[in-house]
This record gives sequence, structure tokens and C-alpha cells, in this order.
Amino acid sequence: MNVAPKLSEIWVYLSATPLLGLTLTLLAYQLAFAIYRRSGGNPLANPVAISVALVVTMLTLTGTPYRTYFEGAQFVHFLLGPATVALAIPLFTQLARLKRMLLPLLGALLVGSLTASASAVAIGWALGASNESIRSLAPKSVTTPIAMGVAEKIGGLPSLTAVLVVTTGILGAIAARYLLNALRIEDHAIRGFAVGVSAHGIGTARAFQVSEEAGAFAALAMCLNGIATALLLPLLFKAFGA
Amino acid sequence: MLAALTLLLLLQLIGEVFVQFFALPVPGPVIGLVLLFAGLLLRGKLGDDLRNTANNLLQHLSLLFVPAGAGVMIHAARVADEWLALSVALIASTLLSMAATALTLKFFLRHRQGADRKEGAA
Repeated sequence: MNVAPKLSEIWVYLSATPLLGLTLTLLAYQLAFAIYRRSGGNPLANPVAISVALVVTMLTLTGTPYRTYFEGAQFVHFLLGPATVALAIPLFTQLARLKRMLLPLLGALLVGSLTASASAVAIGWALGASNESIRSLAPKSVTTPIAMGVAEKIGGLPSLTAVLVVTTGILGAIAARYLLNALRIEDHAIRGFAVGVSAHGIGTARAFQVSEEAGAFAALAMCLNGIATALLLPLLFKAFGA
Repeated sequence: MLAALTLLLLLQLIGEVFVQFFALPVPGPVIGLVLLFAGLLLRGKLGDDLRNTANNLLQHLSLLFVPAGAGVMIHAARVADEWLALSVALIASTLLSMAATALTLKFFLRHRQGADRKEGAA
């Protein structure tokens, strides 16, 4: 019996089901996470960056279009919705500290959130990015479902925003240790909060691996920045007549 | 697990309906988040089931970003055209906002009464 044609038949069958995209996503992540563990939790071995590189390489090698892959991967992507709702839980468990630090946190949130959007838009514009790209850049510091929703409202491309969001999260998770050490920020609450505002869920995942306190404040920050950006950005774009 | 997951999905669904009905500028899951937070405040306590399910979901949060990240494939042409503007904008704005948030929070916390400061840094 000849194996090759049989295998290609199986491939044709499998590539039409969601199973392949879903399994590929989970396998890539497991492998990436093992590498990250192996590196001793080195921020440079970011699991999302490695997973995305693995998935894109596999899809390119097998000539599989992203759309086909996403038919399976959407089940993972979909969980971002309930995960966003679930952010109410860290917010609630940190309620006591949140109340005590409310004004400083809100002040820092506002400064960090506006800095993220304004500097991304300004730099994109100054370096000649297209109008659609600039609009897609504006909400890039908040978690994917919120950012995609905002991008749609302000005339960006939600799928491009998703890519920019993920890249931002990876950059923030990698840079946090070096930047915050250079700034001599030692308090894990402040470190976590800064990472959560600037690098949403990917930064938060990283913060949780460093310490519980950093993680809780990162989750809090991501959640607050998500709400602030969802409320403020569409209004700001409207106010500036953009 | 199942009950908690159902609750999360239900709240997301209610959020989506809210957003469509009142033409709100925020995404549905954010309304779901606010509703859940309000519910927890009213109830005053958090059940184990909900806590564990949420922890499981949030623990693997980075996995959930992989499908969206792989979408870089469909924007390859745009990214190739605008790579300089996009990468400088992303790197600089991420570093700037992280530094601005950290320094502002540190400044505000330092300029509060001793008791608050001590607790804030605990």
C-alpha cells in the first residue's frame, strides 16, 4: 500500500475541520510554555511570541490560509470574551486595597492610558503610517476584545488592532523587568499596575509569574484601562472630529 | 466550573444585548465585567466555583492571544509597508506608558499620609 496518497487524503480531510487549527494552537502554546519554563522564566522567551511564530511557520509551510486556521482557533479566541468578564474577580478580591489606593491608581491609570494612545497615534502619524493604521494603533494597550471593539468604533481595522495588541503585550512583558529596574520601581504593586496598564493580559500573565501581588495589580490595571479606553477613546476621537 | 462558565457567558450575552440596544460605545464583555463586579459588590462574597473557574481562565490568558497574534499573516503586506512607523510607535508608546504609569503612581503614593503609604506598599 502506498502511504503518501493516503496521507494527503487524510490531510485534505483534516484541513477542512476545525480540529487542526485548535490542536495546532494548543500544541504550539504547550511547546512555547515549556521553552519559557526551561529558560527559567526569562522574559525574552515570551510564550505568546514563540507560539505565534510556531503557528505562522506551520501555516506557511503547509500553505494553510489564516482563515482556515482560524476556523479552529476561534474557539480559543472566543474565550477572551468570558475571560474579560472574569476580570471582575481579581478586581473584587483586591477591593480593600483598591479602595485605599483609589485616587492614586485612577490618576496613574489616566496618565498611563492617555500616554499609550496619544504617543502611539502621534508617532504613527509622524512616521507616515496610513490613516487606518493610526486608528488601529490607538487602542493597542488594552486586551483584545476591548481593543477590537474600540478599533471598529473609531474606524480602525479590528484584525490589525488584534495583531498590534498582541505585539504590544509581548513587548511590554519583555521590557517590564529592565525598564522598571532602571526606573528603580521596587514596589510590586506599582510594577504590576504599570505592566497591566501598558501591556494588558500578556503583561499580566507575565506579572503573575513574577509574584501574586504584581499579578493582582496588573489584572486590576488591565481591567481599569480596558474600561477607561472603551469609554474615553471613542469620545476623544469624536471630540477631535477625527 | 460549568455553573461559573455559564454565568460568565450569560453576563457577556447580557452585555452584548445592552450594547446593541442602547448603542453603547463599549464592547459587550466590558458591560458583562461591570455587571459581575456590581453583583459581587451586592452579594459581598465570592463563591469558590466562580473563583476557581476565573483563576483557570485567567491563568492561561496568554494562550487566548495566540490566534489573534497569528493574524499578522493577513496583514503581512501592510506590516511590510509600514514596519518602521508601526514598530517605533509600538515600542516607544509601550515603554512611555509603562514608565508614565509607574512614576505617576509612585509619586501619588509618596504624597499621601504615612499610614496610607505603608498600607499601599504592603
